[in-house]
Amino acid sequence: MPISYFLVLSAVLFGLGVVAFVFKRNIITIFMSIELMLNAVNLAFVAFARAHNQLEGQIFVFFVIVVAAAEAAVGLAIVILIARHRGTLNVERVDTLKH
Amino acid sequence: MNALAAAHPILVVALIKIIVLLFLMMTSLAYMTWFERKVVAHIQARWGPYRVGPHGLLQPLADGLKFLFKEDVTPAGADRFVYVLAPFLTLSLAITSIALIPFGPKEIKIFGASTPLAITNLNLGLLFLFAITSMGVYGVALAGWSSNSKYPLLGSLRSSAQMVSYELSMTLSVVGVLLMAGSLNLSEIITAQQGFAWGFLPRWNILAGPLPQILGFFCFFVSAIAETNRLPFDLPEAEGELGGGFHTEYSSFKFAMFFMGEYASMITVSCLATILFFGGWLSPFPQTRAFGWAHYIPAAFFGLAGVALIVHGVRYLTMFGRVALPAIGLALCGLAFLLTRHGLNEIAQGPFWFLLKVLIFLFIYVWVRGTLPRFRYDQLMAIGWKMLLPVSIANVVLTSLAIVVTQR
Amino acid sequence: MSAETAVFLVLAAVAVAGAVSLILQRHPIHSALSLIAVMVSIAGMYLLLGAPFMAAVQIIVYAGAVMVLFVFVIMLLNAGQEERTNLSRMAHYIGVPLGVVFLAEVALWVARGSTQFTVQPSAASSTRGLAELLFKDYVFPFELTSFLILIAILGAIVLARREES
Repeated sequence: MPISYFLVLSAVLFGLGVVAFVFKRNIITIFMSIELMLNAVNLAFVAFARAHNQLEGQIFVFFVIVVAAAEAAVGLAIVILIARHRGTLNVERVDTLKH
Repeated sequence: MNALAAAHPILVVALIKIIVLLFLMMTSLAYMTWFERKVVAHIQARWGPYRVGPHGLLQPLADGLKFLFKEDVTPAGADRFVYVLAPFLTLSLAITSIALIPFGPKEIKIFGASTPLAITNLNLGLLFLFAITSMGVYGVALAGWSSNSKYPLLGSLRSSAQMVSYELSMTLSVVGVLLMAGSLNLSEIITAQQGFAWGFLPRWNILAGPLPQILGFFCFFVSAIAETNRLPFDLPEAEGELGGGFHTEYSSFKFAMFFMGEYASMITVSCLATILFFGGWLSPFPQTRAFGWAHYIPAAFFGLAGVALIVHGVRYLTMFGRVALPAIGLALCGLAFLLTRHGLNEIAQGPFWFLLKVLIFLFIYVWVRGTLPRFRYDQLMAIGWKMLLPVSIANVVLTSLAIVVTQR
Repeated sequence: MSAETAVFLVLAAVAVAGAVSLILQRHPIHSALSLIAVMVSIAGMYLLLGAPFMAAVQIIVYAGAVMVLFVFVIMLLNAGQEERTNLSRMAHYIGVPLGVVFLAEVALWVARGSTQFTVQPSAASSTRGLAELLFKDYVFPFELTSFLILIAILGAIVLARREES
């Protein structure tokens, strides 16, 4: 089975993640789209690791998962803070620096 | 059927094993409720279910029918999709884990194809079991949230926080066993515990090896009780506390699915505990000539049970009992006779010891439930994070130290 | 069509459906559930690619812990449904078709550029190889990530703590 199948799927998922990132207004959904993009990239890594028959790709995926988990933890803590202080989860409303 | 079996033997054999195991699993889930009610009742000096069928043996059937016919109430404002998904997720994940458990070493023949006594034998079986357990948190979290009500939400938040915390120490407490066995394959973990120290002490992980895994077993079992939300860790679902916890707003069949899911995870955890720490399907008797009589213990067990049932049944209170109990007793005697035949005896050795040990663990589960009071939530979380996690990490360090020292 | 390709197509369909559902759903909890479906199907694809350990790690860590964190926060903050805004006329009639065309073009170029690699049949167990790499060659990044996780835990606790006024 050619690797290109997996790479195309990875590209499609990444693109959909970008679309979600741009168009959604709930900050938690934006975070989830970041996770979707990271997953798409992980898939590409593992596919290439298989194609070149090396395991370094999987090691990198391991580290990406760890970093994504840490980032999700801190990011969601920030989201809780924003929700507590601004009372809203809509990114378009968190714009006091604009006016 | 035979043509189909010849064309895709693996598929047909797997399907048969799945159907048989699913049927056995559902029956044992139903009778776990009976077992629990009986044991807790006897601990509390009463009888438990006694009237519905001889010794309450038809109680699970009555309960099942009741659950099917009860009114199915959905709270107003509940998110319909998630409300239905949550119990379904809990039950299906809990039952899936039975596919990874090996029941015995020998292979049996179905339609001429030889197949091991397990649905699958993954090289990473233990890891996938933990993956399934970690997905089980969703059933609880989504159930409470989708009920659109205060108490279920609080109960599910507490319960999922508890499950996530104890998952850590449960996974870490098993690492000692993995270090000693050198593999994540459940069958290989069992075969690594073969052999008898000094001729008679079985080399199970809790007794022998570089470091007896007593600490690991203690951490694992306590974490597992907390993970399956059983007493003394069942504050999030206790009736006296948050009004019933995350399953307050569920009725009839969905409620039954939650409970079946809980019992199924109990059974899974008991199977894991026997496989990892108590030798799985290994017999506690040495496999030497002098202990050849030990091969007839399953037959003797069933034979004695059958005779006892017959003797007790013919003098039972109700007419139905006087017919049913001796009939079951006769069936057990027939099973005992079949087990004395050589071929069947060899195959039945492994599963017999395995199921006996699992039954002992289930009894301990129910025993603990009937005896201990429940923990307060902050005490619960303190035990998980401040006691069990450091102890399991210490177990990993000590085990690796012991392995390095004994290998020099 | 081999069995592998059939399984891949099913998993890919689930992944893309999940991703599209993430975009289209209004309630963040439904988006979270769709993302969990995507992650589980990606774990299935890791299995297809001969990385069973990564599949298990993906389910245990990503789908079983990180997404639980997301679901928790959504439940805690009581995130409701998003309000409907009107996507501008331009975005609706030109943006979405253009986006699909762009995506298809990217997919085409990716497919064309990578056909020389094929998936070789299954090699030996990856767990042992991964462990050797992780603890011999990459032990320094490994210890660094333990630091990172510690800092993240501390940061999350400090950030989300209720101030004692």
